[in-house]
Amino acid sequence: MSWEVRNATSGGVGMMLPPDPADDYSTEPATREIAGNILGEPESWRLPEMSRRAFLRGVVCSGVVIASSGYLFSSSKAQASPRHAEKLITLNINGKVHRLDVAPNETLAHTIRYKLGMTGTKVGCNRAECGACTVIIDGQTEYSCSTLTMRVQNKQIRTIEGIASATGGLHPVQQGFIDELGPQCGFCTPGQVMSAVALLEKNPNPTVDEVRYALSGNLCRCGAYDHYLKGVMRAVGRV
Amino acid sequence: MTDMMHAFELVQPQTLDEASDLLKKHKGDAWVIAGGYDSLDWFKDRVMRPEMVVDITQISELYGISDQGDHLAIGAMTTLTEIAESALIREAFPALATAASRIASPQIRNVGTIGGNICQDTRCSYYRDGFPCYRAGGNTCYANTPTAMNREHTLFEAKRCVAVTPSDAAPVLSVLDAEMVISRAGKLRTVKAADFFVGPEIDIERMTAVERDKGDLLVQIKIPKTWAGSKQYFEKAADRQAWDFALVNVAMAAKVAPDGTIEKLQIACGAVQCTPRRLSNVEDLVVGEKPSEDLGVLIERVASQGAKPLNYNHFKIPLLGKLARRAVRSLSA
Repeated sequence: MSWEVRNATSGGVGMMLPPDPADDYSTEPATREIAGNILGEPESWRLPEMSRRAFLRGVVCSGVVIASSGYLFSSSKAQASPRHAEKLITLNINGKVHRLDVAPNETLAHTIRYKLGMTGTKVGCNRAECGACTVIIDGQTEYSCSTLTMRVQNKQIRTIEGIASATGGLHPVQQGFIDELGPQCGFCTPGQVMSAVALLEKNPNPTVDEVRYALSGNLCRCGAYDHYLKGVMRAVGRV
Repeated sequence: MTDMMHAFELVQPQTLDEASDLLKKHKGDAWVIAGGYDSLDWFKDRVMRPEMVVDITQISELYGISDQGDHLAIGAMTTLTEIAESALIREAFPALATAASRIASPQIRNVGTIGGNICQDTRCSYYRDGFPCYRAGGNTCYANTPTAMNREHTLFEAKRCVAVTPSDAAPVLSVLDAEMVISRAGKLRTVKAADFFVGPEIDIERMTAVERDKGDLLVQIKIPKTWAGSKQYFEKAADRQAWDFALVNVAMAAKVAPDGTIEKLQIACGAVQCTPRRLSNVEDLVVGEKPSEDLGVLIERVASQGAKPLNYNHFKIPLLGKLARRAVRSLSA
């Protein structure tokens, strides 16, 4: 391949280099001036009572609205066909019934996160290989990133938002994870909680090996597997 | 979303007849989705872009494990978790239950079906990434070149394509002489496991007797009770204990006389050939013998006879030998 020459110090006389995509852009700074004086901006631009989470959610949601309007108003033929159109369906999530429009090619993770705003369920790999998107469907753990929403219409779906009690008390698994310092970065934690909860509901007294087996579908890139394992063992008997 | 799939029509037939009609009408345009995890990967990669996706989860005929007297019938949509936990299967065919419990991860087993597991396409990364290889209708194999990464590819019977069967259940079903019931346009036909798995010399573009172009649908798996209650063994060697596909797996069923002599034995390996490979060398060697360390040495020697390794998969030869040896050794206990 000719572009390997790029790394050679000799320069490769006569060899063709592929065009550099950066050549298409001017070397001038992209934004020269911003209207208004940023330094002088009053600090009150942000509402003081607004939490970081609510602010981020607002930013994310507005982004989703902008992005999804692109899909809605795009002139793609496929989108226009009624066979591919969104349909109104009913979903039962955490005991609550939601009525919403869902496209045939929409995954449950997408629906939960971006249509219902429940961002506790994470999307890591988006191809059933990491477990961050684990939810419980009819008592069984499943990867929501690889489940079509249309296929779970008549099922009981539980997400991480439905694990703590209605009054806010943590589930023993959640408390166990805190006590054993389970999460490091925390991205895989919702999935780990779901897998552990599903196990304890089926088998309230698992052995360490059974817990390990049940959590084997959830990756943790921080490598906190033993902490999660201990956390679940701490929760055993308290469920 | 970065991995947004193409727009498709999702149909959910309620009966087998309805599904057969749909598949007959749409043939190659329709894609049957069972558990759906592997299918969605194909769509997200945009390698497969079928017009119509046929979800067969609502067809009740496709579910369940039942004792039919001379055979056990397993619906194609029975999940791997159900198979791993089924008392009927654990008692009669423990190797199948073990294999099912070693496939992928808990979440995948909860959704993944036995039918989907044995019908899934090869995991050759070149093919899956959409390279125009032989299997994809092209005229090159990208996995069998001097620099190709072919650590997971075939040892035996490479005919242009060097892909291997990815299934853990397939070698078990071969060993147990299972039969697959396939529906085409409403007509059912039964195919023996030996004919169900198809190598590149028969058809390079598919791996099983289920032909998507003709609207086939796997309905049921029948396991005759010939081997019920026999001594069975399954072992899978993979890079990771969870999730991963086998580098080599081995399945064995054997009948042993009270004095320890092996009377009958069938053994097969997965992930070393395009179809599950029956180790007939080993079978011929061990029948009439008693398991011993000397026999083990011989098994290791003959198990991989005729293997033609590629650049990076030599390690599969001793692995295959050791697994076959361990399988037969399990009979001495």
